[in-house]
Amino acid sequence: MITQELKINMGPQHPSTHGVLRLVLNIDGEKVRKAEPRVGYLHRGIEKLSEYGSYQQVITHIDRLDYISAITNEFAYTRTVEKLLGVRIPERAEYVRTIVAEMQRISSHLLWLATHALDIGAMTVFLYTFRERETILDLFEELTGARLNNNYMRIGGVSRDLSSFFIDTLYKFCDEFPAHIEEYDTLIRENRIWHNRTRGVGVISAEEAVSYGLSGPTLRGSGVNWDIRKAEPYGVYDKVEWEVPLGENGDVYDRYWIRVEELHQSTKIIRQCLDQLPEGPILIDDPKIVSPTKEKMNMEIESLIHQFKLMTEGFRVPEGEVYCATEVPKGELGFYLVSDGSSRPYRLKIRAPSFVHLGAFDRMVRGGFVADVIAVIGTIDIVLGECDR
Amino acid sequence: MSEIHLSQDEEAIIAALKDRVEKLEPAVEKICGQLSLGIEGKDLTAVCRVLKEHPAMQFDYLADLCGVDYLGKHARRFQVVYNLYSISLNHRVRIKVDLQEGEAIDSVTKIWNTANWHERELFDLFGIEVLGHPDLKRILMPEGWEGHPLRKDYPLQGKGQREDFSFIPENERPPTRRPKVRSEEW
Repeated sequence: MITQELKINMGPQHPSTHGVLRLVLNIDGEKVRKAEPRVGYLHRGIEKLSEYGSYQQVITHIDRLDYISAITNEFAYTRTVEKLLGVRIPERAEYVRTIVAEMQRISSHLLWLATHALDIGAMTVFLYTFRERETILDLFEELTGARLNNNYMRIGGVSRDLSSFFIDTLYKFCDEFPAHIEEYDTLIRENRIWHNRTRGVGVISAEEAVSYGLSGPTLRGSGVNWDIRKAEPYGVYDKVEWEVPLGENGDVYDRYWIRVEELHQSTKIIRQCLDQLPEGPILIDDPKIVSPTKEKMNMEIESLIHQFKLMTEGFRVPEGEVYCATEVPKGELGFYLVSDGSSRPYRLKIRAPSFVHLGAFDRMVRGGFVADVIAVIGTIDIVLGECDR
Repeated sequence: MSEIHLSQDEEAIIAALKDRVEKLEPAVEKICGQLSLGIEGKDLTAVCRVLKEHPAMQFDYLADLCGVDYLGKHARRFQVVYNLYSISLNHRVRIKVDLQEGEAIDSVTKIWNTANWHERELFDLFGIEVLGHPDLKRILMPEGWEGHPLRKDYPLQGKGQREDFSFIPENERPPTRRPKVRSEEW
């Protein structure tokens, strides 16, 4: 029989390719010989735009990177600027940041589970996970006024405090959520089709995963015990007890299992943070960085001047450079920030996990079947917004 | 200039590098507790190999690789920055290489596979050529794009290339880009 190697496009129209990812596949029958991701269709030049905006203005751009977990992006960015400023934020703000970051992790993983299962062919999980995700989005709406692109964090803290309604609802959510996770599990964990589609698919060894720069659940699926929340603790991750789930085989199934386990761990972290939540301010007391309250502006001329200066010029950040890595739902989100002492970033490099993960995509699908390509796209949990920036 | 206080671990890194790479004189900096070493482009691959393979360093994870354009600020216009991390030993280091315009840099893809995409991005957005890269081509910008958008002399609003794409209908192109010139007879 004569076989011919074909070059085909998968995406950008395929539902699993997010509308902006094009994969050029070399296939021999059903086997994938080579896969080349073509990115850049969503390139918005956020790094360039950041060089023309003040440090606070950049936060709204950062929201639009990984748009399904905007608050964790803000967490990473504000931490980077605070590191260069040498600012320590109040303890309550650290707790609040950790709580919302973990809520965002849950909502991101739920959306991932829904779409990943849908890509492989399971419909019901999609409906169930969106039900729980809705509760979290409602809470975000209550807290920040937005369901997407929240713009919640500020350099020096957070914009609003948690209300008693928010805390009560979140407690209730933490009580009910573990049972819901079991519900998703019973639908797919023992499902033979799910096993056949995910076990032994898209395998990457621990050594290769590290060399390809994988991070987050995608790396931990290969059994590498590295979580930035444990290795370089920030927020209040060192004050709460939780575990890092690890895979063994580095296949799609292990990466799926890790994300589901992380849902349990995030619930655990949120509950402990709520229990320990201290009283106190949510923003630093520095009028050079944080805008004064409206009451103060009405009463004091200095506050009015500070507000005017902050809104028109922003604040200056000492000259220097810093790299700050944060564990977001997808992996390591790092910012390399260079400041020339002015009120705008001189250079802001965004190290986005989706971009790096797509670099290893060829290695993960080569030798597998065309149908596995879909399973692998899902398992590395890409968002093209942060990949293309 | 104030004296830099290095930890034992950081001093050991610098000593081991000097020991293994000939005539290496790194420019040591420490900002916000992060160690960065400025080196010459010719030493790059040798330094990276030692950083990865030496048992006391084990920088097996290239977290990030990026360029910075210091147009008019430094004598050498570009800087290529490598942010390295060791998963087993939990420490970080930064390597910085200064380049003049038109100067190329060696690829580190043979040391860390992840450098492949980062170097393509460096080439695309800064126009810095990477020697020894297996497939050096644009990654974020279209193939026919002229110029490198993250250079400081590249305007924020672009140079009008986008309007020249054939897929953009003529009536949707901004009028300022193609001013109609009145003919003499009119």
